[in-house]
Amino acid sequence: MTDSNTDALRGVLPIVIAGHVDHGKSTLIGRLLHDTGSLPDGKVEAIEAMIDQRGMGFEWAFAVDAFQAERDQGITIDTTQIHFRTDKRGYVIIDAPGHKEFLKNMVTGAAQAEAALLVIDAAEGIREQTRRHAYLLRLLGLDQVAVIVNKMDCVAYRQADFDSISREITAYLGEIGLAPVAVVPVVARNGDNIARRSELMPWYAGPTVVAVLDGFEKPPAAADQPLRLPVQDVYRFDDRRVVVGRIESGRLRVGDMLEFAPTGKRARVARLESWNAKAPQISAAAGQSVAITLDDDLFVERGQLAHAPDDAPHSAHYLKVQIFWLAKTPLKAGAQLVFRLGTASHKVKVAAIETAIDVETLARTAADAVPPGGVGEVVLHSRTPIVADSFHDNPRTGRGVLQDGHDIVGGGVVIDRVAVARQNNLFAVDHAVSTGARVQANGHKPGVLWMTGLSGAGKSTLAMAVEQTLFTRGFQVIVLDGDNLRHGLNGDLGFSPDDRGENIRRAAEVAKLLAEAGFIVIASFISPYRADRERARDVAGDLFHEVYVKAGLATCEARDPKGLYAKARAGQITQFTGIDAPYEAPEAADLVLDTETGSIEARARNLLEYAERAFAIEPESRRGAA
Amino acid sequence: MTPLDQLESQSIYILREAYSRLSPLAMLWSLGKDSNVMAWLARKAFLGRVPFPLVHVDTGRKFPEMYAFRERYAAEWGIDLIVQDCPPIESIDPSLPPAARAAARKSAGLKTVIKAHGFAGVIAGIRRDEEAVRAKERVFSPRGEDSSWDFTDQPPEFWDHYNTETPPGAHIRVHPLLHWTEVDIWRYIAREDIPVVDLYFARDGRRYRSLGDQDITHPIPSDAATVDAIIAELETTRVAERSGRAMDHEAEVVFERLRKDGYM
Repeated sequence: MTDSNTDALRGVLPIVIAGHVDHGKSTLIGRLLHDTGSLPDGKVEAIEAMIDQRGMGFEWAFAVDAFQAERDQGITIDTTQIHFRTDKRGYVIIDAPGHKEFLKNMVTGAAQAEAALLVIDAAEGIREQTRRHAYLLRLLGLDQVAVIVNKMDCVAYRQADFDSISREITAYLGEIGLAPVAVVPVVARNGDNIARRSELMPWYAGPTVVAVLDGFEKPPAAADQPLRLPVQDVYRFDDRRVVVGRIESGRLRVGDMLEFAPTGKRARVARLESWNAKAPQISAAAGQSVAITLDDDLFVERGQLAHAPDDAPHSAHYLKVQIFWLAKTPLKAGAQLVFRLGTASHKVKVAAIETAIDVETLARTAADAVPPGGVGEVVLHSRTPIVADSFHDNPRTGRGVLQDGHDIVGGGVVIDRVAVARQNNLFAVDHAVSTGARVQANGHKPGVLWMTGLSGAGKSTLAMAVEQTLFTRGFQVIVLDGDNLRHGLNGDLGFSPDDRGENIRRAAEVAKLLAEAGFIVIASFISPYRADRERARDVAGDLFHEVYVKAGLATCEARDPKGLYAKARAGQITQFTGIDAPYEAPEAADLVLDTETGSIEARARNLLEYAERAFAIEPESRRGAA
Repeated sequence: MTPLDQLESQSIYILREAYSRLSPLAMLWSLGKDSNVMAWLARKAFLGRVPFPLVHVDTGRKFPEMYAFRERYAAEWGIDLIVQDCPPIESIDPSLPPAARAAARKSAGLKTVIKAHGFAGVIAGIRRDEEAVRAKERVFSPRGEDSSWDFTDQPPEFWDHYNTETPPGAHIRVHPLLHWTEVDIWRYIAREDIPVVDLYFARDGRRYRSLGDQDITHPIPSDAATVDAIIAELETTRVAERSGRAMDHEAEVVFERLRKDGYM
């Protein structure tokens, strides 16, 4: 199938039809389907049979409204998607319902569209939903819009009525930054100015609806913008570690240097992985789902964003976002939500509601809430850095959704870098005492010996033994122990994977602070998940040393120094590592201490030797200081 | 990127989202053309493997060619296959017309297998262009504890931020082919050389355009005996794809009832 004239190769244009309830959106669609010859054989007859049964008049909308409930109420309940084609190309129409309570469906439909028809009843004129839909189209980033003035028969095809509506809507659209490509007077029910020019409105010289549709253009691909590749997942199906995701903008080639925000870690693209490809892939561009391997074994996880080192997105804890709110209750300051942008999820608090926007008058007023169905500007605060572009610069990485519990309750676009000043307030304060000065004073380098292994492998025993020896030799040293931390700092955490992750995150932050104060920190944590340890390494950076205290499950269970294995086997404790929770052994620990093949004393010596090597400035001067 | 590349890329994105967010996860494999394309896309997304089971909800009334196809490609593609039987027709709501009642056996079998394995996500190969009720679907479509679909109160879904979380007991139906059309499916089969059951190809002036149970699926008049001939036929046809599926035509509301109750 290489014929360049086929529809599949020309592509379909997704369009949305928006407008106030009962202004004739579904009728317009039904008529478009008919007039372009897109209805299957028998459909018109089927509609006729159905309306005979119910004693109703013929309605083109029935070609669209599949649901029983919709026909009975005479309104479209949900977004539908219908394919049709003109002589030029294929279209998929997204029917966006006009009823106010169904706004979320309108957004669902409109967000997928590349062009829009805004339908207005000639007799009723511009109504509340006309403006709201137009505003949302703009907010969602749609800028190809045509206005269809329907039911011209109800105003006796008068040009004056049409001109008046045309002027009013063009002015409104202009104020929100939209210029309609055309304003077309039609009678959708009768097919006037749909596919054929109407003889009843000879004063109209502009295009028909079908001509307007064929005049819309596919938006240019985002390949020429800066590279943005949100990490969707990392696979280790075999010995490869494969980073997957979809390129939202820009392009990449094998050999390119990638930087991962927010960690700032860098690696080159070693290969573009694929299956059943005819030739090895060497480059990829916006829109493509890719799988890449890197030339360096970085810790990469879902939510990070790959970009070119010289063209980074913003990273901020405070973001100013224009939102549309779809929940059933108003949004107020202090609300705790999840903000999803790219593949990242951030727990956010609404720090402030700055402005509510009245879509009727376009007035911006100070407000303390955004009402259901409303639009406003809010400041979101996240404890984790949000990596984003402004919507203006790069729509695909400048927009996100708000989630409350399981439900998506709104969407938002990142406004320009307004919040950067606030974010700067959070920048880490530089220490007055430099790291170098501390090293000189202590006579050794700081660092974190991160001891991981099963319960009973010997982590605490080794940690205590080495702490004592190092201390007596004049080292600044402290043991951070999982059990002890759980009594205080981490007293609010359980043993679910999430809680374990948070436990390790806090431990790593504490270890880092102590190391920055000059200490050698011996951190003794089961830390069963590889990803958690990688994150700890990320926190502590170069200070981090992973020490795998290795012993088989059978050995540890036989030792059972705290009687925990017995309890876990008896079901008295659950989510116990090794029994009903996994332990992911390190793949490339800096030091492995096998306590099955050697005595605790021997392994303590190994650890001591490692510490002396790792933290020495030079052995003589340190000994001299001691 | 050609439009087929775009469809492929979008489906791979959806499959990877499902695999990242939903566990345990399964894919329905009806042995029809759409689910073969879907399994193929999974192998593309996961670099040659399907890292979750394929579930065949087996009414026991499929064509022999379909069972032979299942055995061959489950082995060839290294599939973790789950075959789930369906309850007898007598246990199904007798107020449904006969063909829909037969189809509802499949919903019952599907509910059983979802419950038995506790699936949080079930990937299904439905398309919006197949049928008007399916046109209303979301890509990630939350289902109640009894698999029910509340089409009047569907969550919003935009900018590829899918609904990936549900309350306990509920699950999410994932539809990676939702935006494909019938002819897209055949063009992709042609491009990738994906195997399909040969009942799709015309013999003696008839072929199956859509495959279901033997007794409620009927062939259409056609001379299209190759994939390219089928594509040419679809480019000009004005007959609906599921015209040979009896339960779609018993009454206008029946398919809607089937779907609300958890049918694919």
